[in-house]
Amino acid sequence: MEHKPASRRSFLAFAVVTPLAAWGLTACGTSGPGGGAAGSSSASIWSLTGAPGETIRKDTVDVFNKANPDNQIKLTFFQNDAFKTKIKTAIGAGEAPTMIYGWGGGGLKTYAQANQVIDLTAWLTENPKVKDRLFPSAFGAATVDGKIYALPNETVAPIIFFYNKELFAKAGVQPPKTWDDLMSLTTTFNDMGVAPISLGGQSRWTSMMWLEYMFDRVGGPEVFNDIFAAKANAWSNPAALEALTKIQDLVTANGFIKGFSSITADSNADQALLYTGKAAMMLHGAWTYGGMKNDGGDFVKNGNLGWVDFPTVAGGTGDAKNTTGNPGQYMSISAKASGEEQASAKKFFAEGLLTPAEVTAWIKSGAVPIVTGIEDQLAATDDKDFLTYVYNLAKDAPNFQQSWDQALSPTAAEALLNNIDQLFTKSITPEKFASNMNATLGQ
Amino acid sequence: MTSTTTLPGQRSGARRQRSNATGPLNWLVVPALILFLVFAIVPLVGVLLLSFTNWDGIGAITFAGVANWLRAIADPKMYHALGLTFVIMALSWVIQTPISLLLGVFTAGSQKYRALLAVLYFLPLLLSSAAIAIAYKALLDPNFGLAAGLHLPFLAQDWLGQPQLALGVVIFVVSWQFIPFHTLIYQGGVRQIPRSLYEAAEIDGAGRVKQFFYITVPQLKYTIITSSTLMVVGALTYFDMIFVITGGGPGNATRNLALDMYLTGFMANQMGQASVIAVVLVVLGLGLALLLQRLGGKDNNGSQLEGM
Repeated sequence: MEHKPASRRSFLAFAVVTPLAAWGLTACGTSGPGGGAAGSSSASIWSLTGAPGETIRKDTVDVFNKANPDNQIKLTFFQNDAFKTKIKTAIGAGEAPTMIYGWGGGGLKTYAQANQVIDLTAWLTENPKVKDRLFPSAFGAATVDGKIYALPNETVAPIIFFYNKELFAKAGVQPPKTWDDLMSLTTTFNDMGVAPISLGGQSRWTSMMWLEYMFDRVGGPEVFNDIFAAKANAWSNPAALEALTKIQDLVTANGFIKGFSSITADSNADQALLYTGKAAMMLHGAWTYGGMKNDGGDFVKNGNLGWVDFPTVAGGTGDAKNTTGNPGQYMSISAKASGEEQASAKKFFAEGLLTPAEVTAWIKSGAVPIVTGIEDQLAATDDKDFLTYVYNLAKDAPNFQQSWDQALSPTAAEALLNNIDQLFTKSITPEKFASNMNATLGQ
Repeated sequence: MTSTTTLPGQRSGARRQRSNATGPLNWLVVPALILFLVFAIVPLVGVLLLSFTNWDGIGAITFAGVANWLRAIADPKMYHALGLTFVIMALSWVIQTPISLLLGVFTAGSQKYRALLAVLYFLPLLLSSAAIAIAYKALLDPNFGLAAGLHLPFLAQDWLGQPQLALGVVIFVVSWQFIPFHTLIYQGGVRQIPRSLYEAAEIDGAGRVKQFFYITVPQLKYTIITSSTLMVVGALTYFDMIFVITGGGPGNATRNLALDMYLTGFMANQMGQASVIAVVLVVLGLGLALLLQRLGGKDNNGSQLEGM
C-alpha cells in the first residue's frame, strides 16, 4: 500500500493561491458588459434592479428608444451593492457606461476631480427647461466647486420621524415636539414594556440618520458645512459634541430597542418592529413607507402610521423645517464617451428622464419625484397625506442635508460609519469620536 | 516562490533520472504555468507595486514611497486586525480539529446509519458562505429570529452587538461551515489506515480508546497537517462570511485583516493602503504554510508504513 504524503509543492501552491483568492475580488470587476463602445450614436446606462425603479427605468428607456431610432439607449441592470463596486472599477478602468448613475456628493466629487465626468453647467444654462422644473435643493449634491456635474433625477427621500399611533394612543401621549419630550417618551414606553425607538443599528447608516438630524437641530446646517469644507477640528464643534452626547444619553436611557446592534435594515426588521407594535418610534427614509404598506398588513391602511418633523432641541439653532436624506439620484455623463454618445445622453437627459409618464409611475409607486408642480397629482393618490408631507418637506426645507455617507468622500464615509457604530455601543466617548473623525477631514 | 521551482531538484537521483526520461512531458506544464503566472504572480507583483502608491481606484496612480507602509506600522487598527486574525485562526482550529477528527473517524465506519449521518453532516458544504451568513443573521435577530420562533428567551442575545458575542458567532459559523470539509479529509485519511494495524492491536488487547490514540491519531499525522494548513491559511482569508454577517462590527470587533483589506480598498478607496495589508497577508500565508510543513518533521516525505 503506497501512502502518498502531500508534497511540499502542493502546500506552497496552496499557500500562494489562498491569499490570492482575496485578490480574485478585484478581477471580478473587469468583465461583463462594457461601456459605450457599441454604436456611434448609442449611449449606455447602468441602472439598479428592484421594484419599482427597474420597471420604471425600463419603460422610459423603451419609450425613448422607440421615439429616437437614431439615439438608442442601451440599458443594463445591476443589483445595488454590486453596482456600487462595479461602477467604481469600470470608471477606473476607463470602461464606464455613457451615463453614470449615482448619489452625488463625495462619490461624484472623486469622479469630477479625476475628470471622469463632464461639466453640465453650460448645457443646463442653455436648456433652462430641464433645470427649472426640478427641486432646487436637489442640485446641491450635484455641484462640485460651483460646477454642476450631474442631473438630479428620480425621487426625493428625506428621513422621516415615524411613530405608531396605536401605541401613542394606548399610552395617552403626543408625538415629541422637543428632545425633552422624546426623553420622557422613552421612559413612558419603557415602563409600558414597549421599546421606545426601533433602530437597525447593524447597518450603521441607520444610526447616522440620528446624528444628521441632531447636528442640525443643535447647531444648524453650519456644523456639517464646516465638516464638508474640511475646516480644522470641525467635528469638535461644541454643537457637534452636544449632539453626540445627547445621542449617547438616549442610548443610556434605553431609548433604542434592546439589541439594536444586531438588527439590520436590509432585512426590514426595524420596520417590522414598528408595525408589529414592538417599538413606538422610528427614524427612517421615506422609502420605508411603501415597505410598511406592503408588509405591515392593515397597519398603514388603518391610519396607524404617524409622522412628524424631527424634534427640536432646547437652545438649538437649527430650523425645525430643515431636513436630511437623499435629495435625489444623479446621472452624469462619462468624459470618456465619444461626442455622439454624449449628445445622445444629453438628449435622453432632456427628453427621456422624468417624463410625465415616469412622474406618474413614481407617484403611483408611493414616491415623490423631484419635480415641482405635482401637488394635484399627489393629492389624487391613496397616500396623499404622506406624499404631500414628503413633497412639502423636501420643497420647503431651508436646508436639505444630503446623507453624510454620500456627501463625504468614500474614505471619510467609511471611517464615519465605523465610528458611529462605536459611538452607539458607547465604546467611544463623543470626544474620541470627534478626534477620530477630525483625522479624516480633507481625506 | 523560488523553492517551488527548485523542489524537483531536491528529489533523489533516481527520481531525477526518471523525470529526465519523460522530458518532453514537462511541456505539458506550460499551460498551467502560464495561468499561474498571469493570475497569481502578475497580480502579486502588481499588489506589491501598488502598496507603494496612492490610488483611489478612479484617478491617477501616484507614487507614495513607503508612506503607506509607515502608516500601517503606526496604525493600532492594523495590529488589532492582525491580532484578531490570529485569535480567529487559533480558536477555529481548536474547535474544528477535534470535532472533524472524531466525526471523520466516526463516518469512516462502514455501517449504513453512519453513511446516512455523513450525508447530513456534509450538507453545509453545499451552501455558499454568503447564504450561510444571511441565514445566520436572520436566525440571530433578537426580535424575529430563532429566539422568537422557538420561544427560547435565552437565545435572544445581542449576538452581533456585543464584541465578544459577535466574535463567538463568527467562529461558530466558520466552524459550522468548514467542519464538514475537514471531516471529509479525515474520513479519507482514516479509511487509508490498514486494518491489519487494528487487528494486531486487538490481539494485543488494546481497547477502542487506545487504538484511537496509538494507531489512528499517529497514522493521521499527515492528514492533520494537511487539514491544519488548510484551516490556518484559510483563516487568513475569512472574508465573505464575516463581511455579510457582521461587516466587521460592532466597532472593529470582527474586522480581521482580510476584511480590513476589502473595506480599506473598496469602501474607503485607499488601494495603496489596502495593498499593504494584502502583502502582509501573502507573507503570513506563506510563512504559516512553511512552518506547518516543518512541523511534519524532517522525514516528511518518508512513509509511515515502513515494514508493512
